[in-house]
Amino acid sequence: MNQHWFQRKRSVFSTNHRTIGLLYLILALVSVTIGSLLSLLMRIHLIWPDWPLPFHGPILPEDYLALVTIHGTIMLFFVLTTAPQSGFGNLILPAQIGAGRMAFPRLNAASFWLTAFALLVLLSSTFAPGGSAISGWTAYPPLSAVASAGPGQALGMDLWLTSIALFSIASTISAINTLVTIISLRCEGMTWDRLPLTVWGWFTAALLSIIAFSVLLAALLLLLCDRHAGTSFFLPTGNLINGVLHTKGNGSPLLWLHLFWFFGHPEVYIAILPGMGLTSMLLANFSHRRVFAYRTMIATTLLIGLLGILLWGHHMFVAGLNPFASSAFSISTMAIALPASAKVLSWIATTWRSRPQYTTAMLFALGFVSLFITGGLTGPILAQPILDEYLHNTFFVVAHFHLIMAMAGVFALFAATYYWFPLITGRLMSEPLGRLHFWLTLLGAYATFLPMHLTGLAGQPRHYAQLTGIPGPGGSLSPAGHLLAATIPLNRLITYAAIFLITAQVLFFINLARSLRRGNIASTNPWQATTLEWHPSLHPNAGPEASDQVITVHHTPCIYLSTPAGDTFVPQWENKITIELRAESKPE
Amino acid sequence: MPPTITPLNTEREKKRRIEDHDSGHGRRPPTDKRTGGGGDNDNWNDRPQGRRGPRENLGRARLAIFFALAGDLMFFVAIVSAFFVSQSSGRYNAYNQYVNEWLPTVIPPILWLNTAVLILSSVTVEIARRHMFRENDVMDEWLGLGKPITRSAMPWIAATTFLGLLFLGGQWIAWSQLAAEHVFFRSNPSSHFFFLITYTHAIHLFLGIAALIGTLLGLSSSRLLETRQILVDCTAWYWHAMGLFWIFLFALLVFFQ
Amino acid sequence: MSPILHQAAVLFSLPWWLPANASLHGTTLDHHLLLNLWVILALLSLAHLLLLAGLLRRRTTEPKNLWRIEYLPLAALAILFTALTVKAESLWAGSRYTGADPAALQVEVTGVQFAWYFRYPGIDATFGTTKPQLVAPGEGNPIGIDPTDSHGSDDFVTSELVLPTNREVDLRLNAQDVIHGFSIPEMRLKQNAVPGQTIHVHFTPTTPGTYAILCTQLCGLGHYRMNASVRVLPTAEFAQWLAAKQKAAQP
Repeated sequence: MNQHWFQRKRSVFSTNHRTIGLLYLILALVSVTIGSLLSLLMRIHLIWPDWPLPFHGPILPEDYLALVTIHGTIMLFFVLTTAPQSGFGNLILPAQIGAGRMAFPRLNAASFWLTAFALLVLLSSTFAPGGSAISGWTAYPPLSAVASAGPGQALGMDLWLTSIALFSIASTISAINTLVTIISLRCEGMTWDRLPLTVWGWFTAALLSIIAFSVLLAALLLLLCDRHAGTSFFLPTGNLINGVLHTKGNGSPLLWLHLFWFFGHPEVYIAILPGMGLTSMLLANFSHRRVFAYRTMIATTLLIGLLGILLWGHHMFVAGLNPFASSAFSISTMAIALPASAKVLSWIATTWRSRPQYTTAMLFALGFVSLFITGGLTGPILAQPILDEYLHNTFFVVAHFHLIMAMAGVFALFAATYYWFPLITGRLMSEPLGRLHFWLTLLGAYATFLPMHLTGLAGQPRHYAQLTGIPGPGGSLSPAGHLLAATIPLNRLITYAAIFLITAQVLFFINLARSLRRGNIASTNPWQATTLEWHPSLHPNAGPEASDQVITVHHTPCIYLSTPAGDTFVPQWENKITIELRAESKPE
Repeated sequence: MPPTITPLNTEREKKRRIEDHDSGHGRRPPTDKRTGGGGDNDNWNDRPQGRRGPRENLGRARLAIFFALAGDLMFFVAIVSAFFVSQSSGRYNAYNQYVNEWLPTVIPPILWLNTAVLILSSVTVEIARRHMFRENDVMDEWLGLGKPITRSAMPWIAATTFLGLLFLGGQWIAWSQLAAEHVFFRSNPSSHFFFLITYTHAIHLFLGIAALIGTLLGLSSSRLLETRQILVDCTAWYWHAMGLFWIFLFALLVFFQ
Repeated sequence: MSPILHQAAVLFSLPWWLPANASLHGTTLDHHLLLNLWVILALLSLAHLLLLAGLLRRRTTEPKNLWRIEYLPLAALAILFTALTVKAESLWAGSRYTGADPAALQVEVTGVQFAWYFRYPGIDATFGTTKPQLVAPGEGNPIGIDPTDSHGSDDFVTSELVLPTNREVDLRLNAQDVIHGFSIPEMRLKQNAVPGQTIHVHFTPTTPGTYAILCTQLCGLGHYRMNASVRVLPTAEFAQWLAAKQKAAQP
């Protein structure tokens, strides 16, 4: 029996786009495992502060802050920017637009290896002498600019900065590749308004990547200069840290905040846009419906991308910004709620009275919708500066972005995995196991992050290494001690839920491992999909003669018909008229 | 078929071929302006979409350079905005006086010479680029009848490399002149930016010179005309962009400190 | 606010997890927060109900009316969000656009790794200059008050913020080393203290009591224990406390 493409040996340095996509996904899988374990340690420590980490001992405040920093960095960069955009993008994009490959295969391989190297540098920063960086994924100076500001702020911080700089370059290269591929390598008939929404998501995210990561690179360069070249871009005169007095040149920490968040906000849209496009396509696929308001969805994708560049200041309402600027950013932030709501309405309308097929991929797509609604709706609250004055840097914000990024974003990744697994490996993942995984994860997600809204409303701040046993005047009996201790019961619940949530992911790994070897063999188009990647000639397993076949696209995706002969679907590569005629000619 | 320009009259005339739209700059053929060829469903000139011909590959390489330069522009925009923020960052000193330590860094006059050199190098690289697309010579080379365009472009690329190195040398002299005046990277907020801007631009230019040297090597050793055209074209556009960035950055340093 | 709305607000009064409000602007802030929470709870439920209803009901032809399904709800949401924004902006403007009352009590707050210090200007109502070079916490001068400046001789520094009720207080936030976040949850107040800047923020405490001050911007190792407390005293008691402190600060 012919070996499936997936089983064939391949060089790890291959420039084949599917191999590179798989490599990215493996990198993301490793990163998400590490990141989740780190968050588990954080949650356990908050509730059981004296619990000693094996081979390490009790988690000290600097350890906790290092956990926070690496958790945020790994999850945002190495999971949510790599997997949707470069992982699934490389794997699926060329086929979805009818191209044979990405535009620049060698550049593609280079960007993967640069990303892998960046991950290595990041992980090595945790072992640096002096400790791992403790300034969070946002690295605000002067804490991040002066080595004496805390443990881990010397070599650990430098390695962290280097890692992110390398990652930025790799991301930009990958984004250029994606853009040129989408613009120039579309096949015959694949016009802009016939592109699957997933491709529109990749396109917009790539545009945002080019704009955002360059600014991050500039900011990192300025910070490195402050740390090592004696400059003072971010250090004000008279800054006294731990006995080190900075007297020359006046800089502003607020400059870093502007530069960083100019990158940071588009970054979260880069993480979510491909997932939003995929959700639209999956809901349509399994509901056997068109995507409702297809062109509006294209417009909202682009609009979210554009608006996403204009609202970075909402991270800085209470950071020392001029209050008029805060008002301006508040208005633009509220404005982005509209295209996002339009997308939600489209998702609901697509599945409205459609009796969909509840495959695991569909379940995760529905889960995405639910989590996006829940997480997204707390956005308008945080967008109002007067409310953000109370809620900034509390666990309310943590709940908001985790529901949207960590849960909805990751649900999109799960959906993509279950959906495209048969395409890539030729086998189906186990449906029962997948459904169990879905329900446990959905339950765990809400159980973990909904109570965080409450602890945030109670005033629990972020980045606190301990909630109990706080030294100082009055200690636990001080008003601060009382306030924090009052959140412990809810925090305990959150920790239990988090343990449950993370444990449930074992099911996913089991499913992956088992299905790779023993999953049911899949047909060429098991989901009755209409998008081009399911075309027999574009399949990974298609023979060499397939590359000679000319592929033409005739219409938009997601055309599902109810004919007298039964329900049928018209893939993008088949002419609709032919199908209708064929269907009509079938005997009843 | 490699990208070429189709002149209306095919006689070899030495005069400038304006009406022919063949100034040799390698732009799209002056054919019907209704787009032909593309996934946009109007492929009347019968080229299959996704075709990896020389014209298409050139277009893709140019697109890639365009996006890379767009990102690079954002990089410099970030640095320039930091410049303006830093320039207006005053503070209240111990005596409650509003002070701003920004002391404009004097531009060493050699920078004007460097700017002229860089503009000249843009001219030379553009001449080289246009040589690569002159149709009659392209046809000769493509048919294997010698290498007229490669041979005519190479000296201009070499000249650009030389001028680029001259620019970098001039920058080095400027930095040493400032060092002799005890103005260093860390001396003053304005010198932070002077050196940051000139250093990052110089690094970009150094990468451009590496690309030029790579182009020279490619011109002599590459066997595909298409590759040679893409090398020269993309390097030339990158070089122009670096020249353009320098003009803006230089104007910033001269007039806006 | 209309009486009906007021009654409703009292009815759905503050949930137990929001610490009791003790400041003047906090009342309207809390009402607006609650309004927002109820609105998003309603939207959340509505959206999920629609989603579930659509999934459970029998299959029919796909919906076609773009206006009714997309643009009309979007218009409604736009009006809703605009209303919320307008209210929020007016609250924000009232709190932040203008400075404190000239008769407000002036207190300078300095955040250092990992403590808060509060300086009162003393009888001359003027803060003395400070120099970072003179910072010497071990010698009782944690914020570096310059001894050569006569205005500074009657300043006194405390590690507990003491305030009178019903008098507006203008806080001048400074940070010595890194960015700190000055937050009094029960006063619904939060503002980062940024090194190199003096940021003014004002509020009026209304209820006597002792409340928590927390640091809400990651500032290093001791971020979690950088707490202080604010003690709000009735006017007479505050006057007594102030007089005692000023007498003790006299050279």
